[in-house]
Amino acid sequence: MTMKRYDYFEATADIGFKAYGEDINEAFENAGLAIFNIISDTSGISPVKEIEFEIVSEDDVSLLYDYLEELLFYHETEFMLFSEFHVQIAEGFRLKAIIKGEEINWDKHVRKTEIKAITFHEMDVKKSDAVEVQAIVDL
Amino acid sequence: MSIKDEIKKVRDNVYEIPGSYDKSMRASGRFYIADEFFDDLEEGAVKQIVNVACLPGVQRYAIGLPDIHFGYGFPIGGVAAFSLRNGIVSPGGVGFDINCGVRLIKSNLTMDDIDGHIDELTEKLFKNIPSGVGSKGKIRLEKDEINDVLDYGAEWAVNNGYGWPEDLEFLEENGRMADADSSIVSDKAKKRGIPQLGSLGSGNHFLEIQIVDEIYNENVAQVYGLEKGMIVIMIHTGSRGCGHQICSDYLRIMDKAYKNYKIKIADRQLACAPLNSKEAQNYIQAMAAAANYAWANRQMMTHWVRETFEDVLGRSAEDMEMNIVYDVAHNIAKMETHKVYNREEEVLVHRKGATRAFGPGCEEIPEKYREVGQPVLIPGTMGTASYVLCGTETAMQETFGSTAHGAGRVLSRSKAKKDFDADEITKDLAANGIKIRATSKHVIEEEAPAAYKDVDSVVRVSDSTGIAKLVAKVKPLSVCKG
Repeated sequence: MTMKRYDYFEATADIGFKAYGEDINEAFENAGLAIFNIISDTSGISPVKEIEFEIVSEDDVSLLYDYLEELLFYHETEFMLFSEFHVQIAEGFRLKAIIKGEEINWDKHVRKTEIKAITFHEMDVKKSDAVEVQAIVDL
Repeated sequence: MSIKDEIKKVRDNVYEIPGSYDKSMRASGRFYIADEFFDDLEEGAVKQIVNVACLPGVQRYAIGLPDIHFGYGFPIGGVAAFSLRNGIVSPGGVGFDINCGVRLIKSNLTMDDIDGHIDELTEKLFKNIPSGVGSKGKIRLEKDEINDVLDYGAEWAVNNGYGWPEDLEFLEENGRMADADSSIVSDKAKKRGIPQLGSLGSGNHFLEIQIVDEIYNENVAQVYGLEKGMIVIMIHTGSRGCGHQICSDYLRIMDKAYKNYKIKIADRQLACAPLNSKEAQNYIQAMAAAANYAWANRQMMTHWVRETFEDVLGRSAEDMEMNIVYDVAHNIAKMETHKVYNREEEVLVHRKGATRAFGPGCEEIPEKYREVGQPVLIPGTMGTASYVLCGTETAMQETFGSTAHGAGRVLSRSKAKKDFDADEITKDLAANGIKIRATSKHVIEEEAPAAYKDVDSVVRVSDSTGIAKLVAKVKPLSVCKG
C-alpha cells in the first residue's frame, strides 16, 4: 500500500496540512507538494527547471518554517510553480533541496490561492517510525 | 469553567476580563462586541487577549474590537499599546500583511454618468491593475529603486508620476513613515517586493466601483466631500510579498530575542523584544518600510484607476474630481501620544486588524477634516456594503484612538468552497446589480459573502459604543478580485 503523502485540515481563515514520510526528508518533500497544491495543481506542473538551495536552522520546527518560506520565496521571485521536491537533511538542522517546476503560465496552470506566509501556529514535526509534519499557512 | 464566565459587562456592548483572571496579566482585557453576539465570541480569541495583557509594559487594556477573531499570537481586530520605557514590540501584533489598508477615491460622477459603461470600466480596471496569485506588477523596478519605495512610500509614487501631489495630504502618515530604513530590510524582502509592486494580490483584497447609498451624518459627509448617489472607488490591498517577508524575517529574529531578554510569552507568535533593544528598533524601521511600500502600491493603483476612468469616460480625472477621501492602515504599529491614567504618555500602539479612529482636533488628521475627526474606512466583503465612519473622542479615551476594520471570517475557506458555487454567487451578485471579475472561481467561492461575519453589525457596535460614528454607507457596483 502506498502511504498517503499529505492531507489538509480546516483552520478558520486559513488552511493547515499534515505531510507524511518514512523519514524527515520525505515528509518535507510531501510538505512541498501540499503547499503547491494550495497555490495550483501540481499534476499540471512539469519539472523542467530546477532550483537548488541550502538552509541552516536551529531546530526541526524552525527548519520546517524556513524551508516552507524558502519555497514561497522562489515561487514569487522566480515566478515559478514547483511539483518535485528532493530534500536532504543532515546533522545540525542543515537542509539541501533541489526543487523542480516551471515558470507560471496561468493559461496552462490551475490558479488557486495565494499563500501570504507560513505561520508557527500549531507547527509540528513528529518523529517516530515514520515522520509527520504539520503547518498552517496564512492566506 | 469557560474563560468567558470570567468576563464582566461594563456597559452595553462593552465587556472586560479583569487583570485578576491570571496572575501574569499586567492589564485587563476589554471587548467591544455586540451583546447579542457575545455567545459567538471565540474562547481562543479571549485567551489571546489575556496573553497580550501579560506582555511587558502593556498599558490600560488589551483591546478586542467588534470584529475580533482568532489570529496568530495576537487576535485579529485587536489593539494593544506598550510603554516606551518598559514595553515591547511584536511583529505578531501587526501581522503578515503590514499596512494592509483601504483607500477611498471620490468623484463627481453619478449613476447616469457610468450607466452603460460599468462592464467596460470593470474589464479595464481588471486588466490595468494586476491581481491574483502569481501576478506581477506592470513596472519593473531596479534593486536600488525599491529602496526609494521603502524609504519614501507614496511620495516616491507621486514623484514618479503616479497621482497628484495633493493626494499625499489625504493619506494616513501622508503615505510615508519617516522611521523607515530600507538599509535594514533583507534582500529577500526586496526581491519579493520588486516584481509585485503595483499589484492587488489575492484573498480578501479587492478593488470596487461603489455608489454612496446612505448618509448617516450630513455634516461630516459634507466635510469628507461625500453625498448620496456619488460614484466612489475603494482599493483594499497591502504590502504584498515584501511585507510578508519582513514580518517573517522578524518573527525569526524575535524568536531568538525574547529568549535572550527572558520575556515570558504564552505562544511563539507573540515573540517580541524590549522597545529599547536593537531588534525592536530594527523591526520598527523595517515595518515602516513595508508600510511605505503599501502606500506606494495603493498610490500607483489610484493612478491606474484614474487613467481607466479617463479612458472609458473620455474626461480628465481632474474634471471628474477623482480626489482621495482618505487612506487608512489596518495592520501597523505606531508611536503615538495617548492619555494613560490622566497623563499624556508616548506609547507604541499595535493595531492588527484595526483602524485608527482619531477624534476631532488631533493634529495627525488633515486640516480639512480636523474639526470632525478622521475618516475611518471599513470594507465589507465581496458584494456587501462598506462603510465610512469618523473618529471620536471616545476612541481617544478608551481604545487608543482605534476601531474595527471589517468583517471577520466565520467559515473556513475549504468549507466555503464546499458550500458555495462560483457561478451561483456571480449570478446572485448580478441579480443585485453587482458585476464581479476574478482571476479564478476558487477565489469567488472562498470569499463568498456568507463566509464572513456581518459587517453591518461590526459598524453598528463601533457606532453604538462610540469608538467611531457612522457617516456613510457605500454599495458595490462592480468588484475586481485577485
